[in-house]
Amino acid sequence: MVSTNLLPDAAERARRAGVQRVPKGTLVARRFARNKPAVAGLVIFALLALLALVGPFVARWGYDDLDFGALKQRPSAAHWLGTDIVGADMFALCVRGLGRSLLIGVIASLGITVIAAFVGTAIAYFEGWRERVGMWIVDMLLVIPTFFLLAIMVKGAAGTSGWLWLTAALTIFGWVGYARILRSIALSLREREYIAAARFMGVPSLTILRRHMIPNLGSILIIQTVLGVVYAVQAETGLSFLGFGITPPDTSLGVLIRAGSSTLLTAPWMFLEPAALLLGLSLSMTMVGDGLRDALDPSSASAGRA
Amino acid sequence: MSGAPPERVDRAERYEPGGARDTALHVRDLHVTFASEAGPVRAVRGGAFDVKPGRTLGIVGESGSGKSATALAIMGLLPGTAAVSGSVRLGGRELLGLDDRAMCAVRGRNLAMIFQDPLSALTPVLSIGEQLAEGLDVHQSLTRAAVRARSTELLDLVGIPDPAERLVSYPHQLSGGMRQRVMIAIAIANRPDVIIADEPTTALDVTIQAQVLEVLRAAQRETGAAVVIITHDLGIVAGLADDVLVMYAGRPIELGGADDIFYRPTMPYTMGLLAAVPRPDLDRSRRLVPIEGNPPSLVALPPGCPFAPRCPLAQDRCREAEPPLVAHAASDGHRAACVRGAEIESRDLSWSDVFPVPAAPPSKLASVPREQRKVVLGVENLRRHFALTGGGLLRRRVGTVKAVDGVTFDLREGETLALVGESGCGKTTTLLEIMRLAPPDGGRITILGHDVQALASGAARMGIRSELQIVFQDPLASLDPRLPVYDILAEPLITHGWRAAPVNERIGELMRLVGLDPDHVDRFPEQFSGGQRQRVAIARALALEPKLIVLDEPVSSLDVSIQAGVINLLEDLQAKLGLSYLFVAHNLSVVRHIADRIAVMYLGRIVELGDVERVFTRPSHPYTRALLSAVPIPDPKLERGKARILLSGEQPRAGATIGGCRFRTRCPTYETLADAERARCDRDEPELSRRGVTDVASACHYPS
Repeated sequence: MVSTNLLPDAAERARRAGVQRVPKGTLVARRFARNKPAVAGLVIFALLALLALVGPFVARWGYDDLDFGALKQRPSAAHWLGTDIVGADMFALCVRGLGRSLLIGVIASLGITVIAAFVGTAIAYFEGWRERVGMWIVDMLLVIPTFFLLAIMVKGAAGTSGWLWLTAALTIFGWVGYARILRSIALSLREREYIAAARFMGVPSLTILRRHMIPNLGSILIIQTVLGVVYAVQAETGLSFLGFGITPPDTSLGVLIRAGSSTLLTAPWMFLEPAALLLGLSLSMTMVGDGLRDALDPSSASAGRA
Repeated sequence: MSGAPPERVDRAERYEPGGARDTALHVRDLHVTFASEAGPVRAVRGGAFDVKPGRTLGIVGESGSGKSATALAIMGLLPGTAAVSGSVRLGGRELLGLDDRAMCAVRGRNLAMIFQDPLSALTPVLSIGEQLAEGLDVHQSLTRAAVRARSTELLDLVGIPDPAERLVSYPHQLSGGMRQRVMIAIAIANRPDVIIADEPTTALDVTIQAQVLEVLRAAQRETGAAVVIITHDLGIVAGLADDVLVMYAGRPIELGGADDIFYRPTMPYTMGLLAAVPRPDLDRSRRLVPIEGNPPSLVALPPGCPFAPRCPLAQDRCREAEPPLVAHAASDGHRAACVRGAEIESRDLSWSDVFPVPAAPPSKLASVPREQRKVVLGVENLRRHFALTGGGLLRRRVGTVKAVDGVTFDLREGETLALVGESGCGKTTTLLEIMRLAPPDGGRITILGHDVQALASGAARMGIRSELQIVFQDPLASLDPRLPVYDILAEPLITHGWRAAPVNERIGELMRLVGLDPDHVDRFPEQFSGGQRQRVAIARALALEPKLIVLDEPVSSLDVSIQAGVINLLEDLQAKLGLSYLFVAHNLSVVRHIADRIAVMYLGRIVELGDVERVFTRPSHPYTRALLSAVPIPDPKLERGKARILLSGEQPRAGATIGGCRFRTRCPTYETLADAERARCDRDEPELSRRGVTDVASACHYPS
């Protein structure tokens, strides 16, 4: 299949043992590692994730155990982060809440990004009637009363599986507006010559979307995923506040912050602890997002100094 | 204002008293430094020249040589973050150091500028009359009636028909050439002493370029201004400039009269430029001489002559200190910045002595006559019409754009066919129609004997795809910036079912084939220079060993010295691999150099088709004659003595319907015909037909 007669001379032919290459993943990892804040963000995020995973095993109390001898206690040896008004251990609650919020935020945000990226670029890429039908459907979805449907869906499934329904609902109703924005950005991408070049090479449409269109929206997608985590946690908080989100005995950072805000003056730790975790989560995600964007963007300065 | 490190001013470059009195613009020791992440970028280092009233100075150089930064520094239009030092005197008055308010009084009044892109240089929301009036009102107090009269006079001067009615037009209602005329009208409105034109015709077609340059000459005659014309096109310089300044890496490296520079260059870089530029008046037997390497980065320049790493004559002393711009020959007007200048001058070296001419590999198919070669691509009566829809809800069809309207040609094995014509003539549409591999609106396309219309299955289409590849104009746009070169080259192979091991081997082969280092496969396109990027694009096109490569302006985004290398590569690949090229270009000099056959298109049809040598030496269609006469030749004597056929007006919009011959509205022959003869042009559309025994066919009722 490979012809050798193209080579200019015998000396060249002797060197013809293919080429050495560094895989793209390694390149991106190297560029990411040069960015100190991004690495710090990744470490913070990893620590938070570790806390959420290992926390339940090291905590002295379960999140649903109540210590009636210690109501509204400051942090102490018995209760590392204090207790709330009904005597539940704040450490156990925070660990549980962090885990829930992380799961909801990350899954919903990833889901939204993936669906929006594929739908948005696909509508832009396929011109003609497919584009018109796609846009019509997206516009129809935009006018649906999302909040109402969301509330019905989550309310219908009580108990410990409620968070799964919440995640699914946030994903299903979250991608529409975003897909519309991505489509308008992708409209300029589809006119690029490398897209035409790939088409003329016979590359299948789905591969063009996956390899050329979506990666070139990379920085936008990454920022969206990062902010999407914050958005999902906020949506969860809002729904929980109105009684449509996570319901006790299950808990989340949003539920905890709401509970803590009512005792902000008398027992500030109840508010500050989950708020600090939420802040750490958002901040670390932002730093990771920035680092990833620079690592994926060939025009950035992540190539280091010559 | 200072900030650039002070540099030793050489005696020859020093300001000479008395000299400034009769010079319009006097520049000495100009330095411009920009800040960047990587460190200060020294864009201009020691710019020095004089321009006398009524004279024209051409500044030539490749991208990044500092020519535009020089112009902006003179105009005081650089951003505040740039450091500018030195001396710019306009009629004896120092301009550097003036504040913005004082510069405003100078700009437009004494000093005017014409920019490259007239669309972005004109405000879209103001009419032309308002923009002309604005320039007049700032510097003169005239009555409304006087402003109007002067504006009309100016538009008439730059050759805009119906000037009084045109005053109320908006920029988008005018074509590119018309807009550039308006720019010139605004520039000369206050009879400036100096006009700086920065690439004034780069965005225009060659026929329009000829018209605009003619207007520029007229404007200079009218105002008696000194003109500084900045361009990369040596042909334009040859035709317009009295003196020429060559810049390289921010430094003036040779200055002299046009004849000195073109016929007796001293600096090896100037010689290299002249050897690398394809000429419309010479056939392809003269091989182009590329200058090896790339211009240096302006961030951390090594000591010594910046051209030394690319110079075949470089010695150790070239790398010690930067040579000053001094006279080496008898005439003081001709200066070069070269330590070996005197030696080059006394030995009378020319480019053929300095630059080794690369040998051309023998062509596989040279001995096979054209008739016996296989037809690789056949296009018969190809049509592509676009519906012109009106706005509003119903999108009613209001007209038809006949982008391609009956194009017929064939392309044989191992030959190059060039499609040329002004923008909008349908050449790119023809290419895309061929690349689409879908049944055309009308006509037939056959590739390697397969009728595209009959390609039923996807597999058959994929088979043809591997034989047909494309190289686009701008490699930065046609290579996915997110993928390293390895993945870019692997894409066609993997798409066509290659496995990993042979793909890796093939990529090594391809990199060597196009003259790139195989170890650079991990780099992203942005990390390569323009010429290298285009080599990557060519390697990608070659990956599947196609028979036919479609080249869409493959060298027009490259600098002259780099372009020569890519043209040579394309020629070598054709000779070695027996490829056929379908080449679309607007640069006719490149076409003459690379093509075997040429098809001249006008408004969706081919008006002349045949052997390149015959068409260039004896064009028979009046449009071809006008097109060829408009191409600037990089040779001052030929360029000035040349008889130009200036076409009146511009190519009509593609939606327009012209009965009979489409070219008759601009045809110089038509104007000389008697009414009875004209009737035939008005009525019958001429068919492309052969003349006599030659291979050349043209579509004209009255060919020459």
